[in-house]
Amino acid sequence: MMTPSLEKNRVPKIKSFQRALGDNAHVNETPMATIKMQIKRLNFYYGAHRALEAINLDVYANCITALIGPSGCGKSTLLRALNRMNDLVPQSRAEGEILLDGENTLAPNVDVVEIRRRVGMVFQRPNPFPKSIYDNVAYGPRLLGVNKRSDLDAIVEKSLRASALWDEVKGKLHESGLALSGGQQQRLCIARTIAVEPEVILMDEPASALDPISTYKIEELMQQLREQFTIVIVTHNMQQAARASDYTAFMSWQMSGALLDATRAHAGRIIEFGATKNIFTNPQEKETEDYITGRFG
Amino acid sequence: MKQTPQPLWLKTFTRQIQHGDVIFRALTILASLIILATFVAIGFELWQNTTLAREKFGLSFLTSDEWDPVQQQFGALPTIYGTLQTSLFALLLALPLGLGIAIFLAELAPTWLRAPLGYVVELLAAVPSVVYGLWGLYVYLPNFVKPTAQFLNGTFGFLPLFEGPVYGPSRFAASLILTIMILPTISALCRDVLLAIPNTQREAALALGATKWEMISQVLIPYGLSGILGTAILGLGRALGETIAVTMVIGNNRDLSPSILHPGYTMASIIANEFAEATEEIYLQALIEVGLVLFFITLALNVLARLLVWSVARRTPSELRA
Ligand SMILES: Nc1ncnc2c1ncn2[C@@H]1O[C@H](COP(=O)(O)OP(=O)(O)O)[C@@H](O)[C@H]1O
Ligand SMILES: [Mg+2]
Repeated sequence: MMTPSLEKNRVPKIKSFQRALGDNAHVNETPMATIKMQIKRLNFYYGAHRALEAINLDVYANCITALIGPSGCGKSTLLRALNRMNDLVPQSRAEGEILLDGENTLAPNVDVVEIRRRVGMVFQRPNPFPKSIYDNVAYGPRLLGVNKRSDLDAIVEKSLRASALWDEVKGKLHESGLALSGGQQQRLCIARTIAVEPEVILMDEPASALDPISTYKIEELMQQLREQFTIVIVTHNMQQAARASDYTAFMSWQMSGALLDATRAHAGRIIEFGATKNIFTNPQEKETEDYITGRFG
Repeated sequence: MKQTPQPLWLKTFTRQIQHGDVIFRALTILASLIILATFVAIGFELWQNTTLAREKFGLSFLTSDEWDPVQQQFGALPTIYGTLQTSLFALLLALPLGLGIAIFLAELAPTWLRAPLGYVVELLAAVPSVVYGLWGLYVYLPNFVKPTAQFLNGTFGFLPLFEGPVYGPSRFAASLILTIMILPTISALCRDVLLAIPNTQREAALALGATKWEMISQVLIPYGLSGILGTAILGLGRALGETIAVTMVIGNNRDLSPSILHPGYTMASIIANEFAEATEEIYLQALIEVGLVLFFITLALNVLARLLVWSVARRTPSELRA
């Protein structure tokens, strides 16, 4: 249940963390990380259905923030609100503010194309274009007006290296991206995303359709990407969140009996947010504990 | 009385009969065989009924522009030219237009407008051609086709394609009426092609900072290209065979003039127009041979177009192969 003190976000206490969490050795220990994106009082509606309620969340620069929670609690909705991908859903509507470097991306006169350029996205299922590997990666830069062959070559190589795919595909850049394996396709999609040098990368269960080895590669990749990008990842995999993220937000539905009317019954909320280590070793909320120990969801 | 156990094959067979498997299979096979048989029978009939004409004119039937019932000399070149010119010109206009309408219907129109507008487009595809012909003759031709033809002649008259003089009825008029007639089919089918493209492709493009237009032109159209070409084939098929509306506006003239502004004939319209007058055996056979040629041209164009679609489809994902 929500206690009043949790209504606003806990500012995570960023002390130097012990390696209590097994693999989580790489937690960003910057004493006071800067806030890259800030979500304030966000409500989100699909028609009359309220999918998110009173979301407050800070996304720290060059950190990996994981969103976890039971299926249907609004993780994807929240993630897709961050680059306004939900604009595509007819009759959807957002209230509140989402600040990107202090600027409200939900403001009416904002340039959505620009936002999406700065906040890139990797999807749950790899979705390369039916074009060559090269053209997949070069697609974004070309949109930005990069047309010189040598410039494009450099960007393509750099992006494929950064997504740990270069060695596997350097000999066949002009073959179809669809000919790659699922894991390679997903890394191709990551390469395509970082080719436009976004500031934030959103990932919606990027490894859920992949085998364990590909999953491991993607997680490893995220650690490298964190140096340059801010990452927000949705995952249903507790281990993945614990291993790979610096901060974790646990989301769940609004379950309070008093609020159980048709429109609010399933509105997703953030139950608890904090350093990943704290969430997983010392959760403050019973619901969080139940979820991460597998008693719920 | 005790039942003797049935052998396995009998059991399987009865089950298949009960579940309709066998019957269903037989029916579908029969249906496809009927189509094939009809196709072969038509070709055979046309071939049989043109023996005299084929023997008399040989290949010159395809290359001669002489069509003289009195002298009993027949050459189909002007009508072949008319059919190809009007159909291709109509396709040239209708494909981009139809694709544009499809893009509007599938991607740009406000959601509440999409369904009703879609119905109207589909409805237009169902209007009988004679209605198009009447409308074309009395409204379209004087008010739009003729002024446009005059403009083309005035501006591009130095090209053989747009040579004068400008009459009302012409191959140009036929092309424009065909454009309107195949437009609904092409729009509706292209819309379906666009709607079949997974949303993840749209999202991928937009997430990279593509504008809507960039998404449509660089991602959706390449993705759906083989399907779009497939709809073009269907449109072309309809244009090649369209008879009554064309006959009403094309001017029914046997000259072999390169100009699209000249009155002409198509293969379908010469048959429709002259069949009743063809009392001589050879005249009748010549008309049937025109039908034979049309049959083969349609076949050849379809095969060609199908090959084109295949070569494109090999480069695009399997879901959308036409
Ligand atoms: N496009 C949509 N239209 C209507 N409702 C949606 C749409 N997408 C998600 N929802 C609803 O919003 C809620 C949250 O969904 P989602 O964000 O996908 O959850 P999660 O990713 O946590 O599983 C669910 O109840 C779901 O049914
Ligand atoms: Mg989801």
